[in-house]
Amino acid sequence: MASRGEVWFDDAAGPLVRPYALTRGRTKARRHDLDLVTLVVSLQPEVHGKIVEPEYAGVLWICEHPLSVAEVAAKVDLPLCVVKVILSDLIERHYVIYRTGWGSVSSPDMDTMQKVLDGIRKL
Amino acid sequence: MVSASSDNPVESVRPVIDAVAVKVLISGGFGVGKTTMVTSVSEIVPLRTEELISELSTNIDDVSGVEAKTSTTVAMDFGRITVSPELILYLFGTPGQDRFWFMWDELSRGALGAIVLADTRRLDTCFAAIDFFERRRIPFVIGVNCFGGVQRYDVAEIRDALDIDPFIPVRLCDARERESNKKLLVTLMEHVMAASRLSAGPVPAQGY
Repeated sequence: MASRGEVWFDDAAGPLVRPYALTRGRTKARRHDLDLVTLVVSLQPEVHGKIVEPEYAGVLWICEHPLSVAEVAAKVDLPLCVVKVILSDLIERHYVIYRTGWGSVSSPDMDTMQKVLDGIRKL
Repeated sequence: MVSASSDNPVESVRPVIDAVAVKVLISGGFGVGKTTMVTSVSEIVPLRTEELISELSTNIDDVSGVEAKTSTTVAMDFGRITVSPELILYLFGTPGQDRFWFMWDELSRGALGAIVLADTRRLDTCFAAIDFFERRRIPFVIGVNCFGGVQRYDVAEIRDALDIDPFIPVRLCDARERESNKKLLVTLMEHVMAASRLSAGPVPAQGY
């Protein structure tokens, strides 16, 4: 702690990366299968900030309906790596369930590709 | 509201994820119209997600005077098309600058394919993207963005200059026009499916 009358400016504070303070310094999510288009949804969107950290409560609230990891990160305005750590924790604590997108564990089949093509044609 | 009215939220209506997501990439040099393209076809206002760059990568930044800086961010814009309740397509614009290559690995992992946007006034700015997708065996098509309808070269000349395989589609487009972008996405998906049929089976994008 800074003693009385001493002020920490950015440089003096050392190589701190503030967003990682939310994850207690962790930069990598324990779950490696979370990618940009993994869909997540809260099992308990209204968990109070007293039970989980406010940023965690914010993520739970944002993903009340299924959203991709990238959308959650954009909406809570935190870096992707930080959101992955938070989501990973929430999954382990059974507050969030997830579903991986095509590609991270298996490749899309022809049927899925055809559906994408048909969907674009109908736009 | 999924569970707010119950005394025991977990035991009430349990949310499920019916949908699965896929993604395509919109790539090309800085300022070539990637975000414009995403904006014109996305059903949502494009969102921006940011990733932190570690302190190691700041060494190559020319940021004289801020050497103590330990992190910077790279932004990616993306949009969404809900194909059906079971299928969501995400469109990710890749970061324009070459120094953000490390993000391309994450972006390209599992991608169905990519559109490489080219600007004939500075064609070389899309070479890096073409190299990347060729090496990873990610199917891609070239969209030549004709800014304001200006068409300086024909498709054959552009194909020649890009030195790409003859089966890779090259199309003229206008990234501001929704219909033009839809056509390009259709071309991409047809190409992805043709490439998939040619191989033994669907070829997943090579993450690494």
